[in-house]
Parts: sequence; structure tokens; C-alpha cells
Amino acid sequence: MNGTLARFQDDFVQSLLAPQSDMPSTLRTLTLQPGFAVYRNTVMKGCIDALQANFPAVLKLVGEEWFRAAAALHVRAQPPDDARLLHYGVHFPAFLRNFAPATELPYLWAVAQLDRFWTEAHAASDADVLTPSVLAGLPPAQMGELVLNPHPATRWAWYDDQPIYTLWQRNRDAPCMGDGDDVTWCGEGALITRPAGQVQWTEFGAAGCAFLDACCAGQPLAQAADDALACDARVDLAQLMASLLDAGAFSAKTPVRNTP
Amino acid sequence: MRYPDITAGLGLKLQHFDAALENADTGMWFEVHPENYLVDGGPRRALLECIRARHPVSLHGVSLSLAADVAPDQAHLARLAALVEQIEPVLVSEHLAWSAWRGMYLPDLLPFPRTQAALSRIASNIACTQDALGRRIAIENPSHYIAIAGHDWDEIGFLTELTRRTGCGLLLDVNNVYVSANNQGYSAEAYIDTFPADALMEIHLAGHSLDPQLGKGLLIDSHDAPIAPEVWRLYERLIARCGPCPTLIERDEQIPAFADLLAERGKAHALLCNTELACV
Repeated sequence: MNGTLARFQDDFVQSLLAPQSDMPSTLRTLTLQPGFAVYRNTVMKGCIDALQANFPAVLKLVGEEWFRAAAALHVRAQPPDDARLLHYGVHFPAFLRNFAPATELPYLWAVAQLDRFWTEAHAASDADVLTPSVLAGLPPAQMGELVLNPHPATRWAWYDDQPIYTLWQRNRDAPCMGDGDDVTWCGEGALITRPAGQVQWTEFGAAGCAFLDACCAGQPLAQAADDALACDARVDLAQLMASLLDAGAFSAKTPVRNTP
Repeated sequence: MRYPDITAGLGLKLQHFDAALENADTGMWFEVHPENYLVDGGPRRALLECIRARHPVSLHGVSLSLAADVAPDQAHLARLAALVEQIEPVLVSEHLAWSAWRGMYLPDLLPFPRTQAALSRIASNIACTQDALGRRIAIENPSHYIAIAGHDWDEIGFLTELTRRTGCGLLLDVNNVYVSANNQGYSAEAYIDTFPADALMEIHLAGHSLDPQLGKGLLIDSHDAPIAPEVWRLYERLIARCGPCPTLIERDEQIPAFADLLAERGKAHALLCNTELACV
């Protein structure tokens, strides 16, 4: 890719993405034609539309005008690297975290992260979900040795200082979002799963997140339980396990005995 | 008819999924962009499986970037090949354009000078794609918005040579012909009359819009409106000349009720059936 076609494509891409005032002069005979704007507009619109589709809760929180202006800056800084635009926006939460105009909205990047987790859950590999019956009747000692793998679609996150789950789920698909006055301003987490082919979500505590972190790292359930208790000594482990199984958080490919 | 079971089809829109699934019109088929279904798993693949169990499905790619001066992305091609194997599409198509370059994806169908070097590169990329998919694909004529210097070939000659070198088929987008002929000042009728009929595998019909500033001076292939009367006339001219061929109605913006799309589809279906009778 060093011939004239490659050079044409290098120049064309530069002219597509540069701000109007900053277009390179190499393809002036093309870029001065009114029709060149059709390409510039189509590319930019396609990228921004993709971000808008992939971050619906962020969109609802900031409104379309703010969203599209911020998205345009992100597109210039980080255009898509994958033709599957469903996957576009991996770096959008980090972009929002460092985006000066979003300083007044310190929760925005975390809401974006949950939007991103929803997409990841939606597109993850298929796998059977671990059903409670598989674990029923196991003596506690054996249970403690089990290593459970989170299902490929399972995502979780804890946010220390802000009610991210409430902010996210209210803006994700609720018909009306409320004014936010009734939100208790404290840390919250989220558990996102896909138990029966459709993505679902629930509020999730810090101890549960620590528990799943340990499972994800290949630790047996006894260690995961210790981690959860270290995070919150009051956690009800039986209740936590039941809610994880109910949400379809684990893959049926486990359990594997963690024999020494 | 080149494919006896299918006549006119519709681009599948998720908001019309249930109606599409239940539709039982003779000759109906649906087309999707494979890029929206190249996921590891989950509900998207399940929906596509559902549709293909009831209707013939065509995969119409927008991102293989065959006119980029580089071989197609191997990972993307492998994913596409897996989808083709799973879905067993009735047709597979792509564009005479580029959209990926040096690790970036630019969601549009971008133009290039039709040089000898471009011809060799694109022929090689089509051959590589057909090898990976194990089947013949159809290549679509794009819409043009700017005049590019340095063409060695006109578009008809270029497409014909690609079919000769690779054995690929062609997808003729009649709206793109109308839009490009208008924007670049040539005869859409002459294009239709000289298009290589033997290679025709599929036809596309769509609506276009006028540039907000330039009006009729710059038409945009926006897929956001009903098919224009001029495009229907070109379509009739094409099938009178080439015979009936699977025809897709595309609508990607301002999506109307399913019934409105069915009405356009019904018109194309009737024209195809009448043409078939005339050809017997």
C-alpha cells in the first residue's frame, strides 16, 4: 500500500476528519467541490449516530445537542477502528471523564461505562447459565472449593461515592426520568446479565462486586466469600449467591472442582 | 427469474421485525448489513436466525473496503465467512468503494480514481473475498458526489472488467445511477442501457434527497424517502432490457410503517412478474 491509490486514500482521510478550517491542501480540487461535504457529513454523522445509539443513558442525561457536540470531538480524536459500530465507544467513558465541559457532571463517565457494559453483555458469546440445581445439596466444604466462571455476558461495577446505578437505570429506558431530587447520594453498583437471551440489570453491592472479582480471577468460592466479607462484614452470603444464580451470572461450563 | 423463489425484498428493520417474520407474500426476502450481526452471540444472532428460518436472507456488506489499497481485514473476513456459513444467504454483496483505512473505519462508501492499479487491487480483493466465503459475490455501483481526475476507466468498463477477472456478479443500484448521473452530468438511461446484463445478480431501489443548499444540483443517496418516479422509470427500463432480477427496497432513515414499505415492494414485485410473463 505505497502506490498512488494509497496516497489518495491517506489524503482523503485527512480531508474527511480535519475541521473545515484545517483541511490539507493536497486534494484541493476535490475538497473544494460542494459534494465533498456529503462525504464529510456522512462519515461524521455515521460515527456520532453510532455513539448516540450505544450510549442512550448518557444521551438522556445531557440532551441531544450536548451529546452530539461532545461526540463530534471524540470522533475526531478517536475514530472507529471496527466496522461493527455496535462496538464503537470503548474509549468514550474515559473521554467523558477527562472532558472539561463534563466537570459539572462527575457521574457521566460512570453512566457511560454502564451503557458500554450493556452493549458488551448484549453482544457476548452464548453459553448456558449455571442453574441452582447444580449446586443444591453440596456440603459447604465442597461448595467452598468450587470455582465458578462468570457468564460471558455478565458485567458488574461498584461506584464508591455516587448513585450510578439509579442514575443509569432511570435514564436507560424509563419513559420518564424524574428530577433526581429523590436520589440518595451514596455509592451504588450494578450487575448486568443475560440469563434468557435478553440483557437485564439489578442494583448490586460492593461485597457482591468483590465476590465476582474473585470468581473472575479464578478463585474458589471460599476465597470469593472471604473477599466479599472483607468488603462488607454484614453481607448475607447465601442471599448473595442466590441472587447471582437467579440473575444467571455464572456460566454452566463450571463448576470445576478445585482439587489440590 | 435468476432465482426462482425470490422477487422483491425489503431491507430488514428491527422495528418491523415481527411483521417481517410473519409476512407470507410470494417471493419475499430480506436483506441485512452483516456488520450488525457480526457479534459473538446474543439476541442479534438469534433474531437473524429467526428470520432466515422463515425467509431467504441476503447479506449486503458495507465495510469490506474492497477499493482500499490493502487486502481485506482477515479477522473481519473470517467473521463474515462464519456468518455466511450459519445463515446460508441467498445473495452476498459489497460495494465498489472503500471505508476502512490504516486501522480506521469511516462509515461511508468512499470514491477513488478508477486506475489500472485500482483495478488490479480491487480484483485481487474480490477474489480473496470470494475464496474466503466460498461463493460468488455481487459488487454494487456507488453514488458519486465529486468529480475525480485520473480515471483510466469509466464505471461500466471497470465493473465489466472486474466481472471478467474475478467471475463476480454485479448489484445495480438504480437510485445510485440516477443520483450519480444527475451529480456528474451524464445520461442515466445510457448507463442502464450499457450495464453488463449477464453479470446482474441483484437490483437496489431507494429514495434520495436534495442537498439543502444546492437543491437539484446535488442529489444525496439518503435512503430516507419513497423511490422517486424517475428511478421507477429507470428500473422498468432495466428489467425490460435485462429480464427480472431480485430487487431490494432500501430505507434507512425516516422509516415509515411496514405497510408503506410493503406497498413499494408490491409494486416492484408486480413489475418483475409482468416482465417475467413478457419474457416467456
